[in-house]
Amino acid sequence: MSVGRIWIAVLAALVITAPMLAAAQPKELFIPLLVYRTGPYAPSGIPIADGFLDYFTLLNERDGGLNGVKVAWEECETQYDNKQGVECYERLKGKSPVLVNPYSTAITYSLIPKAPVDKIVVFSMGYGMSAASDGRWFPWVFNFPTNYWSQASAVIRYIGQQEGGLEKLKGKKIVHIFHNSAYGKEANPTLDELSKKYQFELTLLAVDHPGQEQKATWLQVRRLNPDWIFMSGWGVMNQVAVKEAASVGFKMDHLIGNWWSANDSDVVPAGEGAKGYKGATFHAPGTSFKVHADLLKFVYDKGKGSAKKEELGAPLYNRGLVNAMLAAEAIRTAMAKFGNKPLSGEQVRWGFENLNLTEQRLEQVGMKNFTHPVKVTCEDHEGSGPVLIQQWDGKKWNVVSDWIAPMRDVVRPKIEAAAVEESKKLGYTMRDCAKEK
Amino acid sequence: MIYREAGQFKTTYGADQAVFPVAQDRVVVAAAVVAAFLVPPLVASEYWLQAVLIPFLVYALAAIGLNLLTGYAGQLSLGTGGFMAVGAYSAFKLATAFPHLNIIVVFLLSGLVAAGVGLIFGIPSLRIKGFYLAVATLASQFFLIWLFNKVAWFTNYASSGTITAPDRTLFGALVTGPNSTAAARYLLALGLVAVFAVVAKNLVRGRVGRSWMAIRDRDIAAEIIGVRPLRTKLLAFGISSFYCGVAGAGLVFLYLGSAETLAFDISISFLVLFMVIIGGLGSILGSFLGAAFIVLVPIVLANAPHALGLRLPVALQKQIELMVFGGLILFFLIVEPRGLARLWQITKEKLRLWPFPH
Repeated sequence: MSVGRIWIAVLAALVITAPMLAAAQPKELFIPLLVYRTGPYAPSGIPIADGFLDYFTLLNERDGGLNGVKVAWEECETQYDNKQGVECYERLKGKSPVLVNPYSTAITYSLIPKAPVDKIVVFSMGYGMSAASDGRWFPWVFNFPTNYWSQASAVIRYIGQQEGGLEKLKGKKIVHIFHNSAYGKEANPTLDELSKKYQFELTLLAVDHPGQEQKATWLQVRRLNPDWIFMSGWGVMNQVAVKEAASVGFKMDHLIGNWWSANDSDVVPAGEGAKGYKGATFHAPGTSFKVHADLLKFVYDKGKGSAKKEELGAPLYNRGLVNAMLAAEAIRTAMAKFGNKPLSGEQVRWGFENLNLTEQRLEQVGMKNFTHPVKVTCEDHEGSGPVLIQQWDGKKWNVVSDWIAPMRDVVRPKIEAAAVEESKKLGYTMRDCAKEK
Repeated sequence: MIYREAGQFKTTYGADQAVFPVAQDRVVVAAAVVAAFLVPPLVASEYWLQAVLIPFLVYALAAIGLNLLTGYAGQLSLGTGGFMAVGAYSAFKLATAFPHLNIIVVFLLSGLVAAGVGLIFGIPSLRIKGFYLAVATLASQFFLIWLFNKVAWFTNYASSGTITAPDRTLFGALVTGPNSTAAARYLLALGLVAVFAVVAKNLVRGRVGRSWMAIRDRDIAAEIIGVRPLRTKLLAFGISSFYCGVAGAGLVFLYLGSAETLAFDISISFLVLFMVIIGGLGSILGSFLGAAFIVLVPIVLANAPHALGLRLPVALQKQIELMVFGGLILFFLIVEPRGLARLWQITKEKLRLWPFPH
């Protein structure tokens, strides 16, 4: 019994002291990192978190921070779980962060309503709520360089190119296999609209969390015998899907993952069977860029890297780099106006909204030909950036397409309509962008 | 010395049957309730309210609900998450379809909807018992989640399948939605839990509770003395689901703000069942203790390395947290299989004799 009491006493003491000690505030830019390095989503969560961390380590080591202001961060494990994500956000909110990267569409949905209240930018790069791309309704949310709806339309355009023209899509069977969550469902409305426009047959197949069991799904695929499959998977679901596709003998070069479904960790477990699998992306894979050389020199050679050296260049690792670079450049934009000092949430929000990442600037940060320039405006928080298709050759990813533009004429009106819908739920009013300048 | 009932004479049956027959208990509980209403909104930081106290209250309500069914009526259920989802989705539908409906009415109605669904899924309990019933309720869990995922009407055709709590006021103050303060949401959650805990406590002391316990202890004997199994078991399912439904509505409206079906998956059912088992089967206090244990311990463990000045990699920290948490569950179950509520009872009995143990 006495042991039990001691335990209770220790726990009670910790409960009381924990938040007090966490309250000290540094004079740095603080960025919370909601990551998942454990659980069924760890295969996807680890590389992206490593990339993000390494880029900020590089900034601190090479340049002494962002324009001289050190960047501080803290990781918090969410296991891709909504409740743990909210707990992490609330815990780290006390350290006055300027932006948050939720790394989960569901957590993004939970944080969007809090953003204007807490004055913290939600930067959901290429995920989250597509409707939030309309900056007039969602001033605090950014999802550039491109969102799920743009991606879906770009992938359909790519399939059209492969078939010899968008008009050839008529009568073709396209299946969307998606993670049965807010994330996976996000592309469905756009695909639905495009299927009406180009008269292809769309079948939606949901895979339930966590996605280890997909036999029924692939049985249906065999029965349908589709021409193309588009997949929105995440975590352990991806490798299972790629393995299943190989075992049912589906043509791998007709299976296209979205940008969260095409990482090394998704294809390596399927071995030879994964050869030919394609995936969307908005940056190049591989390590042939100056930023990687810098990472090796300033971070890894000093033993400060968070990944293993050979994991550099994996698509999701590179995505973490792009995510960190975009956030850093947005903060720099804000510093150009407000001065080189730790900034407030409002100031950083201004930086995000006025970000104009040019080709020259990309070259300066060592990312020439790595990703596409982005320009964010008050109306457009997405940028409608183009998409690349990469293909796995059994050893590495190769880019096999040019930059494919999304169908902005289809996507943008949908975004504007959905933004009105979503804002109504939150009781927002539209701001007038003409007055923002 | 301080906790002694000597000199407290009961002169009426009413006094003898009171919820807290000992005067010291009454004082302490009353003080605790008043403190719960006054202290946290004034003192606690938003993190404490939002990430610790509100989930604790919401889960405590769900645990009371499951405890009525499993602890008192002896019907093992793994459908808690599904019933909570029913509450959450009906609250969302009611609140969006009737914007002027009082939020309390929304909560109660969504509880009633959940109770109706619980009644339907309680029907198998008349024929099957124990683990077999658990499997049958598991079916309800999967069916309900599938339903909310499949039928877009439940989410008002939101493309993401996510439900979001709208802004609603109570006595002129915002109590739900993104613009409400954590303190307001905490007070509403606390009010709901306080009222429903008193109701539950009185239910289990009265005729209904006694018939539940009779069914739990030996259903054939109960039937012979005149307890109707059909009505009693279904009543337990209905009331339990009502509590779970209100808790589910609270989970979305007061705690998360927005949720998808994943928030109500099977792990929630297990979590609430663990709360009931660790807290103490057949004890209202146990529901609170169990909820506190399951909600607080992981948060304490997550914060502990920081508080001690250790910088551990998050993955390692999470794994340690899971191991320690599992170890603690085992520890408490071995030390006291009848739950934390029993530990508290033993403590009270010892306190009565203190400082003379014999």
